[in-house]
Amino acid sequence: MDPSFLAVQALSGFASASSLFITACGLTLVFGVTRIVNFAHGSLYMIGAYTGATLVPRLLEWSYGPVPFWAGILASAVIVGLIGILIEVLLLRRIYGAPELFQLLATFGVVLVVQDLVVHVFGPQDILGPRAPGLRAPVEILGRRFPSYELVLIAAGPVVLGLVWLLLRKTRFGVLVRAATQDREMVSALGVNQALLFTGTLFLGAFLAGLGGALQVPRVAANTGMDLSVIAECFVVTVVGGMGSVPGAFLAALVIGQLQAFGILIFPKSTLVVVFLLMAAVLVVRPYGFFGRPEIIGGGHAVGIVSRAPSRATLPLTVALMILLAALPLVADAYLLKVAIEILVFGLFAFSLQLLIGVGGLVSFGHAAFFGLGAYGAALAVKWFGAPMEAALPLGLVLAALGAALIGAFVVRLSGIYLAMLTLAAAQILYAVAFQWVDVTGGDNGIVGVWPSPWANERTVYYLVTLVLTAGAALALMRIIDAPFGYSLRAMRDSEARAEAIGLHIRRHRWLAFTLAGAAAGLTGGLYAFSRGSVDPTLLGIPTSVDALTMLLLGGIQTITGPLVGAGVLHALRDQIMPLTDYWRLLLGLAIIAMVLIFPRGLVGTVQHWREVRA
Amino acid sequence: MSLLDVQGLGKSFGGVVAARNVRFGLDRGEMLALIGPNGAGKSTVFNMIGGQLPPDGGTVSLDGADITRLPPRERFRRGIGRTFQVAQAFLSMSVAENVQMALISHHGESRALWGPARTRHRDEALSLLERVGLAEAADRPCAALAYGDVKRVELAVALAGAPKLLLMDEPTAGMAPRERAALMDLTAEIAARDRIGVLFTEHDMDVVFGHADRVLVLVRGEIVAEGTADAIRENPRVREAYLGDAHALAAPGGARP
Ligand SMILES: Nc1ncnc2c1ncn2[C@@H]1O[C@H](COP(=O)(O)OP(=O)(O)OP(=O)(O)O)[C@@H](O)[C@H]1O
Ligand SMILES: [Mg+2]
Repeated sequence: MDPSFLAVQALSGFASASSLFITACGLTLVFGVTRIVNFAHGSLYMIGAYTGATLVPRLLEWSYGPVPFWAGILASAVIVGLIGILIEVLLLRRIYGAPELFQLLATFGVVLVVQDLVVHVFGPQDILGPRAPGLRAPVEILGRRFPSYELVLIAAGPVVLGLVWLLLRKTRFGVLVRAATQDREMVSALGVNQALLFTGTLFLGAFLAGLGGALQVPRVAANTGMDLSVIAECFVVTVVGGMGSVPGAFLAALVIGQLQAFGILIFPKSTLVVVFLLMAAVLVVRPYGFFGRPEIIGGGHAVGIVSRAPSRATLPLTVALMILLAALPLVADAYLLKVAIEILVFGLFAFSLQLLIGVGGLVSFGHAAFFGLGAYGAALAVKWFGAPMEAALPLGLVLAALGAALIGAFVVRLSGIYLAMLTLAAAQILYAVAFQWVDVTGGDNGIVGVWPSPWANERTVYYLVTLVLTAGAALALMRIIDAPFGYSLRAMRDSEARAEAIGLHIRRHRWLAFTLAGAAAGLTGGLYAFSRGSVDPTLLGIPTSVDALTMLLLGGIQTITGPLVGAGVLHALRDQIMPLTDYWRLLLGLAIIAMVLIFPRGLVGTVQHWREVRA
Repeated sequence: MSLLDVQGLGKSFGGVVAARNVRFGLDRGEMLALIGPNGAGKSTVFNMIGGQLPPDGGTVSLDGADITRLPPRERFRRGIGRTFQVAQAFLSMSVAENVQMALISHHGESRALWGPARTRHRDEALSLLERVGLAEAADRPCAALAYGDVKRVELAVALAGAPKLLLMDEPTAGMAPRERAALMDLTAEIAARDRIGVLFTEHDMDVVFGHADRVLVLVRGEIVAEGTADAIRENPRVREAYLGDAHALAAPGGARP
């Protein structure tokens, strides 16, 4: 192979490693001190990019030269740092003690809010920033042209590493940050300083995210998809490096940058797949990443289903509900049936996630992966093998179950927050594959023409098919939750040490839980594909996973029927409100935050609690 | 051949040596106390025998079989039951369900997908709860129990596996003095009846000297004395070891986790 090509590839690998490190470093610092994985870190990066792309040209108009350019970049980072302070004071402060699921959801609420605000403030178009003055001409490296700005980026990573190192070693603030990262107890002993320390850390973390984003201005146009793509990469970097470790993040970013640069040679469709394989390899050998330590990750307390005395009313209520649902086509029009099908599908989707979260305490943030696998499995069977619905649905289910078994085999080795981050990363990778492997998946456009068999094509019939399958699966899952297997999952959630000491094989049970939940989610994905006649990559996207999580949260994580109710209510709300406003995501984000802060029991949980208090 | 045989067990955390060349044996039906001041390494020894911590060196054998590298779940199958210093129970379940869960696992049914768990092995669970004096509380949520009662639940759970060896790390912490004696009387009775070997640690010396057949004294990770309760009480090395930490001899030990 041509050495000059290798050299240029390696250099661009170093450049992306630098950008990645600067951003991920902020995430890992914030986690170290606050023990919160800030989902909104990617949003801060995006704000940095937009601010830079807007601010820097103004400054350059006023006086052209390197000084205004770099001042603009720094100013953007500072602005983002201030936004970080705002987020800490308004939100994070209130959720430091909350279960990690709630922390993740609340910060994801911020992601949604920022997405709409960014469009509102900066407009819907991508913004291409100016090139850096003095660095516009490419340099020659072994006879190949290489953008000189990339060289500056290559240097920026180590410079930031050095400055952060100095800050952590030589200042009182740094000493406190390190102490807090090492030892939780220490932080509470700090007294008054604690609030200041946390706010300061958020400023630093957000500043770094903003800097990472602003430095992209001459390379890529600021766009609305940046937040989620960068957060997935940051998760990979911080997990591989070890949560809370700055040098770990640096090393991981270097490795991943190179892997992406050269992975293109092996896997031209998706370099992310190579990255995922690396991550898998590293974590099998070192479950806490390069420099991570178990005590920093901790267990985190899980919230979930508790035992309740079985109620006599359950059976008659279930039968009555089934009869009502079966009779719905008698009164409903086509539109209502379409909505009803979606509610059934998403109800079961959320319910399958409940097996992992509410029962098993496994905070999966990538449940869309299994929904999407089911949908794509069915659609691909139709497209490539001409399979009828009767065969395509089971194929989708099997594909999802296999995917869940594969992802599960790997993530059940991990605990708490790592599991959440890696399930998210796995789903993002499938999303990227569906998006980039155009020949097979149809890329962005997806696959169309996925219609039910003629006998089921009529809306009423399809509704009944959906009802039978989803209700059957939901009832089966309820039995499983009540059976020894469900109890074993709860046992492990409550106390891993106790569960092991009474002979339970934790990984094996959790793996089976992933496979079952994946299969059920795969069924819903297939049903959804046939109800719409098409699939596309958004089915695999983070927002789909978050929909399921929101339904859980809304219905009540501690209840069995909560997810089903949550799916109905969220869907109905979306149906009513979304057409009326451009700010659906903003409203949804605020609603998620509000639920976490003031309504964590959810609808069903609140009703149950209220009845118990009265009894 | 003794039931439990520990040889040359060692463990250090960074620079701290938590256990060094620990060796002892334990027979069926014997009550053996492991005592020592705070931080002596008692829990570390328990965790190496229970499988929660891998030792740096040395061996643990049960009934002559080397179990040093087995995970806790395998040790449970071979007959080790334990309680933890910080009680570990399934707080989302009822008291009976905690015990039923252990019975379900003991009978190899933990992956059954059908048939409610709450009706399985209920009678057996109730009789185990009866033995530890918690029959009344069977259907209460475990989370609603007083800490001392959770420790009793742990004992019932440990007994559910029909153990040969019971490890009890501070079983009576958090209990009133009278309750302590009662629980240890009960444990001694069960040990004698079922020929179970019991290794326990306690900060309450009345409990130790009242119930142990034999006592091991651990100081800074090393066993400095071994003998009957009376011999240990009079042993000058033990007195010396405890002088620096006189509270430990008397302290109830319930305040710390
Ligand atoms: N996971 C760990 N990491 C680092 N050091 C540890 C760890 N576990 C125990 N230690 C140290 O090992 C020593 C022995 O601890 P251990 O918990 O075994 O003592 P102990 O005798 O049970 O004390 P106590 O009476 O307080 O329960 C202590 O100095 C403790 O700080
Ligand atoms: Mg101890």
